[in-house]
Amino acid sequence: MNPRILAATTGRILRQLRHDRRTVALLLVVPTVLLTLVYFMYVDQPTPPGAPGVFDRVALIMLGFFPFIIMFLVTSIAMLRERTTGTLERLLTTPLGKLDLLFGYGIAFGLAGVLQSTVASVVAYRLFGLSTAGSAWLVVLIAGVNAVLAVALGLFCSAFARTEFQAVQFMPVVVAPQLLLCGLFVPRGEMAGWLQAVSDVLPLSYAVEALQEVGAHPDPTGTMWRDVAIVAGAAVVALVLAAATLRRRSG
Amino acid sequence: MDEAVAVHDLVVERGGRRVLHGVSCAVPRGTVTGLLGPSGSGKTTLMRAVVGVQTVGSGTVTVLGRPAGSRELRSRVGYLTQAPSVYADLTVRENARYFAALHGRGHAEADRAVADVGLADAAGQLVGTLSGGQRSRASLACALVGDPELVILDEPTVGQDPVLRADLWARFHAMAAAGTTLLVSSHVMDEAARCDRLLLIREGRLIADDTPAGVRATAGVDDLDEAFLRLIRASEADTAGKDAS
Repeated sequence: MNPRILAATTGRILRQLRHDRRTVALLLVVPTVLLTLVYFMYVDQPTPPGAPGVFDRVALIMLGFFPFIIMFLVTSIAMLRERTTGTLERLLTTPLGKLDLLFGYGIAFGLAGVLQSTVASVVAYRLFGLSTAGSAWLVVLIAGVNAVLAVALGLFCSAFARTEFQAVQFMPVVVAPQLLLCGLFVPRGEMAGWLQAVSDVLPLSYAVEALQEVGAHPDPTGTMWRDVAIVAGAAVVALVLAAATLRRRSG
Repeated sequence: MDEAVAVHDLVVERGGRRVLHGVSCAVPRGTVTGLLGPSGSGKTTLMRAVVGVQTVGSGTVTVLGRPAGSRELRSRVGYLTQAPSVYADLTVRENARYFAALHGRGHAEADRAVADVGLADAAGQLVGTLSGGQRSRASLACALVGDPELVILDEPTVGQDPVLRADLWARFHAMAAAGTTLLVSSHVMDEAARCDRLLLIREGRLIADDTPAGVRATAGVDDLDEAFLRLIRASEADTAGKDAS
């Protein structure tokens, strides 16, 4: 990796995003709209005394999901475009290293994910009175790590898509199982043993557990840091796998 | 060493079909060498092999004294793909500055490359809003911005107006005079006359590797178009004769 090339690549990706004003607006506004929906869905739901409100529980996890889902999609399409328009082949004939490109995407869209979750968190905490025992900054941190994981998975999956139609189909394939099994709908401890085993190898389960730790404890816990490390580790593994899919020579 | 590119007995197969049948040729340093041939003759495949992005079956490609595709060649070889490969959602200037940065060049060099291809007035425009000819010139600017020693240009003048085409060819010759080696593909025969050397390729086989004057003399006619036609016929008769024996 070369710091100058990495910085130029990150800047180039952010510049492309900046030119696409509508995408930026959607990135920032859609989470707010969905949080509003969830707020009014649960506003009149009774909660047992002592338990966290349903909105608090659901909104906290949604804050981690937004950047995961959106950055996965955005990255898959962006990388597919690099492949189909020939810019990827051209980049690989220049001094740019594979990791410069992959980490450039990771940093650029990771920052976009952090920005998105910051806006969504401000809305959730200020407007809808979300309350967590721990700091809102930890929520943004976990959302940012989630975004980087999503970028890494998107870069890897884009290698298996020839068309945009195929690329968007990887979203349900990669995201839906993690969403269903992360413990939001059924607590992981109450799942059948084999489902729990599947849940144990899906990185998003750890992101959700980390968010729940922030929800329940005023200070960052050891479990939370371990979970964040696992999600970050999964992101690095996915980036290495993505690097293996980039070939300088083709047929 | 006076050869920028030396190709020896290159065989390439794509999609189960043999595209290059043992091509051998050389590109002398500091010249503009034209790669001529009809669409589908293997021009792009040969160029991709020189740049080092083509998987080759057998044979060798040596570029600036190194095997094609070597790491250290990446800062010394510029490549213009046939379809413009620039970012449609960036401006011309942003594209040039990005590719300049990859080669360790600054904004001034990038802006000069944009001006050199006649896009100074459109520098602030998004590439996606440009005409086809402008877009391919934006792509050309990005190929030239690193001041490469060897430039591989796959049909750089398609869709350009005649005045611009003349300007671009003048620019190529100025670069060659300064020591740069250019390999330029085209299927327009009137561009062949502008080259220092010509490689004529047809159906994956090299038919001529000579100067324009040499090609004319071999074929015994003054018109290059007609000369190529005669060389093709002669080579076909040759192949047919070999097949029969």
